[in-house]
Amino acid sequence: MTSQTTAQEPILKLRGVSKQFGAVSALSDIELDIHAGEVVALVGDNGAGKSTLVKVLAGVHQPTAGSIEFMGKPVTLDSPGTALEMGIATVFQDLALCENLDVVANLFLGHEIGPWALDEVQMEVRAWTLLQELAARIPSVREPIASLSGGQRQTVAIARSLLLDPKIIMLDEPTAALGVAQTAEVLNLIERVRDRGHGVVLISHNMEDVRAVADRIVVLRLGRNNGVFTQETTHEELVAAITGASENSVSRRRARKLEEVKQ
Amino acid sequence: MTMPDPKTSPALDRSDSRVRHDEGIAGAIRAFIDRVRSGDLGMLPVAVGLVLIAVVFTSLNPVFLAPNNLVNLLFDAAAIGCISLGIVCVLMLGQIDLSVGSMSGLASAMVGVLWINMGLPVVVAILAALSAGAVMGLIYGMLLNRFGMPSFVSTLAGLLAMLGMQLYILGPTGSINLSYSSPLVRFGQVMIMPAWLSYVLAVVPGIVMLAQGLRTMRLRAAANLSNAGISVLIAKTAMLTAALLIAVIYLNQGRGVPYMFGLFVLLVVIMNYALTRTKWGRSMFAVGGNTEAARRSGINVNRIRLSAFMLCSTLAALGGVLSAARLASSSQQAGTGDVNLNAIAAAVIGGTSLFGGRGSAWSALLGILVIQAISNGLTLLNLSSSLRYMITGAVLAIAVVVDSLARQSRASHGRA
Repeated sequence: MTSQTTAQEPILKLRGVSKQFGAVSALSDIELDIHAGEVVALVGDNGAGKSTLVKVLAGVHQPTAGSIEFMGKPVTLDSPGTALEMGIATVFQDLALCENLDVVANLFLGHEIGPWALDEVQMEVRAWTLLQELAARIPSVREPIASLSGGQRQTVAIARSLLLDPKIIMLDEPTAALGVAQTAEVLNLIERVRDRGHGVVLISHNMEDVRAVADRIVVLRLGRNNGVFTQETTHEELVAAITGASENSVSRRRARKLEEVKQ
Repeated sequence: MTMPDPKTSPALDRSDSRVRHDEGIAGAIRAFIDRVRSGDLGMLPVAVGLVLIAVVFTSLNPVFLAPNNLVNLLFDAAAIGCISLGIVCVLMLGQIDLSVGSMSGLASAMVGVLWINMGLPVVVAILAALSAGAVMGLIYGMLLNRFGMPSFVSTLAGLLAMLGMQLYILGPTGSINLSYSSPLVRFGQVMIMPAWLSYVLAVVPGIVMLAQGLRTMRLRAAANLSNAGISVLIAKTAMLTAALLIAVIYLNQGRGVPYMFGLFVLLVVIMNYALTRTKWGRSMFAVGGNTEAARRSGINVNRIRLSAFMLCSTLAALGGVLSAARLASSSQQAGTGDVNLNAIAAAVIGGTSLFGGRGSAWSALLGILVIQAISNGLTLLNLSSSLRYMITGAVLAIAVVVDSLARQSRASHGRA
């Protein structure tokens, strides 16, 4: 893969993807392109379908209709394993870690070194170097995940997604549980991953984070595309796209606050 | 990456100053106490239980600790121990197999019918019984994977179906005697390791442990990782070897170590390796701990479940074959009564959690020793089976209570 071809041709191309849960259309006619070396932020209100879209791309849910092209070829993501092998790594909102296993075991879960005689030493070294790259504060990689804090678990989950050197990494609310320094580290990390030529999909409710790193901001509303924006878009425009009207609770609240200040 | 100078920079896993690092023997003991306090009991309840049992029964009847009684105990332990080893596999996933008793009964009946009544070679009969076990496990696994049928229900159905099958193939006579001179029955009743072999086998684990430990230490040092220290390794090796040698010397005062028990221990060692040192074992722990997380990391959860149920039923069938060898008969009684619960109780008493994700192959070995010691001791006291059932039931209840309490304590101490 050369950087020139991937710069023009998206690595991941979604056309008309829909997902129905019974009578509910969680996603309808979603179009999404992700190029190599760009950060695409996926924003939307609760229930807009962001997490469903991520799960479709991670192979957890199968779309009801539509096509997914990866590296120019139509693909079927029928299981999480397929997506991982193809090079789509995901950090889920619930992190999906095994609390009874230690950090090393969780990082390498499903991709252990030495299937018939686990190479614990090599895995531990890889784990420490990976965690140090992320400037992670993990006291010991031999403690079960249950003994870690929320932020530490988040770091472990992100480290795990990077283990296989994926082409696309999807982060579902990666900074929600993190402290100030760790949030900055994750944002740095996202930029580093992008600069290495990977595509990044970032889901976040935090507009500041989104604006800080995203090259494009894709807005979902009620399971449909509702516009693509850039970093230059104003906050009001984004909120309007997310809520579906310029006259919304956010703008009304802001106006009311302004009134109060004036009085 | 350049290799940091080991003298100046701390080891890779020692850079966080907030963590207390236990080193040397004192450190190992302190870490052990910490673990127990937080509810990570490991083998401790079993060790305490065995000592208690030995003290109580020996004071009531000194024959209990006689070498030959212990040899008998080991002969009896092997069959149900194998079944219990299979139970460890399904418990690891948070599932259960209630039909292991019937499976062992059916396997024992199959050996009798195929070998004695139909005249097939004994090896073929045993293989047929083991295959029946594998097929049954496959069915349970598929019922769970395809239809989401809880293993509790599917194996309860299997319990009845296989009990019926056992009665059906045994026919109206209901019992088939196996010849005492046949190798199978001799294996189950009289075959004892020569003394030299038992001593060699008692020393081998220590040597392997030492070699493995030294190799790991060398690799870790080369990778700039810390080590617990050679003193801990030597102390552990010495304790293990001493314990095994004392046990073997004592047993050799009587008849010696049964081959059948040796086979069981070998299976435990293989299972322990598979669970702790292979990708399959890691996946077993992951599926038991958090099925959805395991699925999302690309583990084929269905295949892991199939493998666990198949292993469990096959080992149950093997246990049935061994018990037929032990009793020199295939009867309607084989596999009924307390076989089921003893096998499950042994795994739980040994420290395998009913809630999935925690356990070890050793728990089958240690648990069955506890169960068998109780049963043996009560038999020596001439107590009726009614009392034995009640006491074994109480022991199982206590074991589950300990498991639940330890689990709550682990949760509050931040351990899974």
